[in-house]
Amino acid sequence: MIEQSTTRRLMMQFAAPVGAVVLSIVMSAFILMIAGSNPATAYGDMLSHAFKLETSVSMINRATPLYISGVAAAIGFKMNIFNIGVEGQYRMAAIFAAYVGGAIALPGILHIGLILVVAMMVGGAWAGIAGALNTERGVNIVISTIMLNGIALGIIAWLVRSWQAEGEIVVVGVGTEPIDDSGLIPNLNFIPEIFGDIRSEELTGVLVIALVVGVAYHVLLNRTVFGYDLRSSGLNPFAARAGGVPPKRMIMVAMLMSGAVGGLVGIAEIMDKARYDPNFVGFLGFNGISVALLGRNHPAGIAVGALLWAFLDASSDILQVTGAAPKEIVDIMRGVILLSAVIGYEIVRRIRVRDEAAQAAARLAEVAA
Amino acid sequence: MRKRLLLLLAVLLSFSLIAAACGDDDSEADAGADDAGTDDAGTDDSAADDDMAEDTSDGSEDESDMDEDEGDMAEDEGDMAEEPVASVGLVFDIGGEGDLSFNDSAAAGLARAEAELNVTTSKVSPNDDGSNRAELLQLQADSSDIVIAVGFLFETDAAAVGSANAGSNFGVIDSSMLDFSGETPAPYADNIAGLVFSEEQGSFLVGAAAALKSTNGHLGFIGGVCCFGLIEKFEAGFIAGAKAVNPDITITSQYITEFPNFDGFNDPASGRETALAMFEGGADVVYHAAGGTGLGLFQAAKEHTEASGTKVWGIGVDSDQYNTVDAELQEYVLTSMLKRVDTAVFEIIKAHIEGTFGPGEQRYDLSVDGVGYSTTGGFVDDIVDQLEEFKASIIAGDIVVPTDPAEA
Repeated sequence: MIEQSTTRRLMMQFAAPVGAVVLSIVMSAFILMIAGSNPATAYGDMLSHAFKLETSVSMINRATPLYISGVAAAIGFKMNIFNIGVEGQYRMAAIFAAYVGGAIALPGILHIGLILVVAMMVGGAWAGIAGALNTERGVNIVISTIMLNGIALGIIAWLVRSWQAEGEIVVVGVGTEPIDDSGLIPNLNFIPEIFGDIRSEELTGVLVIALVVGVAYHVLLNRTVFGYDLRSSGLNPFAARAGGVPPKRMIMVAMLMSGAVGGLVGIAEIMDKARYDPNFVGFLGFNGISVALLGRNHPAGIAVGALLWAFLDASSDILQVTGAAPKEIVDIMRGVILLSAVIGYEIVRRIRVRDEAAQAAARLAEVAA
Repeated sequence: MRKRLLLLLAVLLSFSLIAAACGDDDSEADAGADDAGTDDAGTDDSAADDDMAEDTSDGSEDESDMDEDEGDMAEDEGDMAEEPVASVGLVFDIGGEGDLSFNDSAAAGLARAEAELNVTTSKVSPNDDGSNRAELLQLQADSSDIVIAVGFLFETDAAAVGSANAGSNFGVIDSSMLDFSGETPAPYADNIAGLVFSEEQGSFLVGAAAALKSTNGHLGFIGGVCCFGLIEKFEAGFIAGAKAVNPDITITSQYITEFPNFDGFNDPASGRETALAMFEGGADVVYHAAGGTGLGLFQAAKEHTEASGTKVWGIGVDSDQYNTVDAELQEYVLTSMLKRVDTAVFEIIKAHIEGTFGPGEQRYDLSVDGVGYSTTGGFVDDIVDQLEEFKASIIAGDIVVPTDPAEA
């Protein structure tokens, strides 16, 4: 009886995301046919491209910062905080981390460690502003993080301008001082090279950091008192408070942690370019929210979501080159996946509530009889 | 919120796709979209004489065939078509095809190459965040003999991908593609060229036109984004040209945003406000180098002319804006400074085929019609002779146009 319900629960866990992907494949095929493209060709191109070694590597590279960003958002979600400020947090963190990394040279691991610590501190501090505004003055975190995103972009624009010599015309040369090799996380090319030639791609060493972040997130959430407090505050703040969990402190700590993890999002880009420049990749914070939603804030789920997003990015590249379908189909698939996953999770939740109610009723009847 | 945005996006995209599909009965939806894009580009191109328009539509037809060919090609590379002399892969800047400006101009050059040079072509656009520039360059290099990247933001990625793919040639628009890290600037590699324009020379001519047409002796310049070096060249040329006609002329310059905030290239509302203020301050000809922001300039010219009763003018940039603005605004477009991205794209493909491809900076100036001015609308017909004199002097080297507004 109990075993049956766990398998059922497990199946339902996967039903929503898998259903969402299947639905999006079907719907996109339908749209492709209306648009006059052949869905089979398009999907074939997408898959054959994704399984090429260099594409797989570039997908992992793309998924790595997305995953970290997803975890940052998920920490907030667990606490019922909508931190949409990861966008500003990671950019601020990246520019300061790159600046410090370029200004100071230390031996190997210390140099890397310093860059990571600066990134986490700046990201945490930037998120902490929103946290403090909320706990001290009751400012809605959604509003304050949106505003802080704008402020961060402004500050960064101003900083970048200040590095530029008067009258200098080399745009691409503008940025922080390059980081010495000692501060750069080595790539992991030895892994893909087992399987073959990866040409100009490099597997980012930041993948290791992403894995550490994922494991730490899992342990913290499920194996520590703090994680228990965090989850209970998120599920029912009043009950948590009655149980002795200070709500303000929890909000502050959750924001600091979310921001500190968010600060690591830009590390992959810094390591790739060895500096911060105006051509820095944006939207990773917002995409991280999608990935966290899709992954249901679960460390493994977020990884799947990040890889799926990276796969869709790679697909939009190849569809343009082969001309099998307009690349916009990828945006449609993203939208459909996200929407149907969210709806699917809600349906699953309702079924579960109904099941639990039915079980409780059955047990009551047993006891009564 | 993100969810809602995505829903909206999904719905909008589905509608636009369906609309595109309904638009043409038999061709592919993306080929349909291409038709629209290249045709527009064809018409907004000043030098687009009549047969050019035909060429463009021919080009699009070829393209849909080509798309299929290429699908095959990806599967087995041995089955390459024998007839075409080269394959060209173009990577647009963010914004992609259909921007009625920079990207479309590049597309027009590609269409012309396809029609005249017997090449196969492929066009791709990066994500909105520009994160996949390197991947797209690599994919194009895999299937093309020459890869063209539209915009200086490709510099770093093109240098890296180009160095790793010696088998293909690379051309990058608006970047010299020179490595400044050594003692003397040198090309990144023998297969990487940068296509740059002497915008100051074209701006000189429209500056002269503005001064000749001005009755108040007061001109305006609206730059999209200051302080990254590119737009200042337009300003410097404009000022120098105006002063060559009338040394006592007053020129008011204003920029919408500062680098690295590129919003100033796509902010028609600010363009309108700024232009209105200039017109009210006494300027009667205003030149813009501000991309999409410039649309506001022509609206302001119309509003001010109607409100005050005295005619004021706007001057367009990059493409012939007489052809891109609404019909009711056309009479306010005095002329446009033409930056012939299409010529550069065509010429670099031709150079590749003829074996004359050279690495490093390739400059497109007045002498090769890489820049120029438009005469559509006939508003500058009475001063064309004077403008042509200036043009000849610049080509001959008698006039050296400054690139720094401080020297103009």
